[in-house]
Amino acid sequence: MTVLIALALLAAFSAGVYLLGRRRAVVLADGKSASLHSLPGYHGTWVALWAGVPAALIVILFAIFGGRLEDAALRAQVPAAVAALDAERQEVFWSDAGAMSRGQTPSEIGYVGDLKTALDAKAAEGRRIAAIGLIAVLGLSGVLALCGVLLAYPRLSKDFRARNRVEGWTNVLLIACSTIAVMTTLGILLSLVWESYRFFQSVPPADFLLGTAWDPQIAMRSDQVAAEGAFGAVPLFAGTFLIMLIAMAVAAPIGLYSAIYLSEYAGPGLRATIKPLLEILAGVPTVVYGFFAALTVGPTFRAFFNWVGGFLVGGPMDSLGQYLETVQNQMALTAGVVMGIMLIPFVSSLSDDIINAVPQTLRDGSYAMGATKSETVKRVILPAALPGVVGALMLAVSRAIGETMIVTMAAGLQAKLTANPLDTVTTVTVQIVTLLTGDQEFDSPKTLAAFGLGLTLFTVTLALNIVALGIVRKYREQYD
Amino acid sequence: MVAPMTAQPPLIRTAAPHTHNPAPVNPPKILVRDINVFYGAKQALFDVTLDIPGKAVTAFIGPSGCGKSTFLRCINRMNDTIPGCRVDGRIEMDGENVNDSHIDPVVLRAKVGMVFQKPNPFPKSIFENVAYGPRIHGIASSKSDLEGIVEASLKKAGLWTEVSDRLHQPGTGLSGGQQQRLVIARAIAVSPEVILMDEPCSALDPIATAKIEELIDELRQQYCIVIVTHSMAQAARVSQRTAFFHMGKLIETGSTEEIFTNPRESRTQDYITGRIG
Repeated sequence: MTVLIALALLAAFSAGVYLLGRRRAVVLADGKSASLHSLPGYHGTWVALWAGVPAALIVILFAIFGGRLEDAALRAQVPAAVAALDAERQEVFWSDAGAMSRGQTPSEIGYVGDLKTALDAKAAEGRRIAAIGLIAVLGLSGVLALCGVLLAYPRLSKDFRARNRVEGWTNVLLIACSTIAVMTTLGILLSLVWESYRFFQSVPPADFLLGTAWDPQIAMRSDQVAAEGAFGAVPLFAGTFLIMLIAMAVAAPIGLYSAIYLSEYAGPGLRATIKPLLEILAGVPTVVYGFFAALTVGPTFRAFFNWVGGFLVGGPMDSLGQYLETVQNQMALTAGVVMGIMLIPFVSSLSDDIINAVPQTLRDGSYAMGATKSETVKRVILPAALPGVVGALMLAVSRAIGETMIVTMAAGLQAKLTANPLDTVTTVTVQIVTLLTGDQEFDSPKTLAAFGLGLTLFTVTLALNIVALGIVRKYREQYD
Repeated sequence: MVAPMTAQPPLIRTAAPHTHNPAPVNPPKILVRDINVFYGAKQALFDVTLDIPGKAVTAFIGPSGCGKSTFLRCINRMNDTIPGCRVDGRIEMDGENVNDSHIDPVVLRAKVGMVFQKPNPFPKSIFENVAYGPRIHGIASSKSDLEGIVEASLKKAGLWTEVSDRLHQPGTGLSGGQQQRLVIARAIAVSPEVILMDEPCSALDPIATAKIEELIDELRQQYCIVIVTHSMAQAARVSQRTAFFHMGKLIETGSTEEIFTNPRESRTQDYITGRIG
């Protein structure tokens, strides 16, 4: 809160400085603003930037890292009563002291005697440290803001190149934003790699990548009697692959054919109606697809297969019939089909753009040879657009692999190594969700397995995306 | 005011040999009567009436936007592919109206080949480009038959010696002039009767242009050729008949020599001497 108020004050101060700098420039110009190197607004902006940005940076850095500094300062001196505790209890003490200094209630109340005195003392010290820190930072940022103005303002002159300097600031701002984006990605990747490394210390990579048994439910406490968990991820990869295949079998033909219809056959009016309608499909949240799959499609499929099974029982295909009668709601087919429906607009929209990029001269050439529309599509347009279409399909595949919600709700949680689309399977993403939901401790192989899976998933989708983008780029060059 | 034209030298020298030995006017291959073309509410062509002779080159000249390309596209009904385009009138080819409802444009376009302004080889091999028409129309009875057609077409288009050793490389890898000759080979592979050319040299350099013009002069022995061009010199060099279009109307038509040396209409003269355009 204090930080927000400080930032608002700084913004107001900068706005005032802007007006000041601007007026100074107008005075310098002596009424002829063309005699200035830069427009008065640039002079104002430049002074305002010097006044506001360094001070704001200090405040923001304090907001991010200040808490940790205060914590370190608080722990610098360890009272004797605390030093006598074991490490875990010490940790609880410090977090309680911190909580009390922020006016919150401590998690434990069993503090007595020396410990109680120490706690109260540390809470008071914490409040003092926080107050000092805040005053110091606010003071520092105020001084910085003033210094910025005092140093920048006198430099304004007729020939001062404020325009170019503001350009420099803009450049810095843009670089900062893109750096944040890149660093975040890098941070996610590093944390994935690090946690996966910890996971692979307890489970050998070969067991993980090649093992066929997945049973991560290991003992929660070391004194519990339970078998070691199994971390063979092959059933998960197989399940992911099976569902992806079913999804693409639905999405690729339907998406591609609707793209062909839209770009080659539909009139402009029809196209203007259908394309947005298709794109609405893309806006449906995946959880909605998920319960559509679980509550509508799944039971329908089950009823259908049970019905077919009823006919086959007692006949020459008795065993198949009996199997079909036992089919359950949750199956790979449901998840795959619904995921395919989800991917249709993705495929059709991308393919439509790609097909439209095929030059009109090629169509004219084919029509002028006496080819019909479908011959032109089949023999000229699709071959020309093929690399791009393949790229679009691969992007769809990487989405299918990463999709979680539909599979969680429609395909089940059991890790089975099967190619039967009527069986329940599970995918990498679903297992990550089940491993990490609920209260978990983050140092057992069970939870760390999620990072192993995440890293594998990340690698596969990244590779797919790189290949797909490469194909799309190569295709683009063909017509430019 | 205007001096008698007969005494003047030709406005543009017509260098091709046929000017000295004018080809006899062949019986018309295409009869055009009262063609009107509309793009939506806008009328692009007004009452065009014209005879196009067989086994000769007819050139359409005129400033940009005068309707000559639109008219060319009427002959093989390519305007059908443009949404909102409507064509009224009769175009008779060998006594049959191509705009008749029982005429299949797909069959018509096999008889009337077309070459476009920008070379547009398909993203396939040289062989497959030329084999495209024979394949879709089922002209070749066997693989060797198809190979024969491809070779003959490439030879007619004057490209065989340049590409015979790389028939299976992409057609898009050829130079602009070679691509345009490849496209001509593709058009003649289905043995059309008429070849329409829409500014076939406007994207080419002078050497490639000369080769195409030479080719056109050879092809007229066999085909009825209609060429749209912006180059008056080209019209004079390659054509026997010339038609001048202006603002959607056919202003004047006649033998090329007549149009370039002794036009009847002052607008024609203004255009070919560069006063309008």
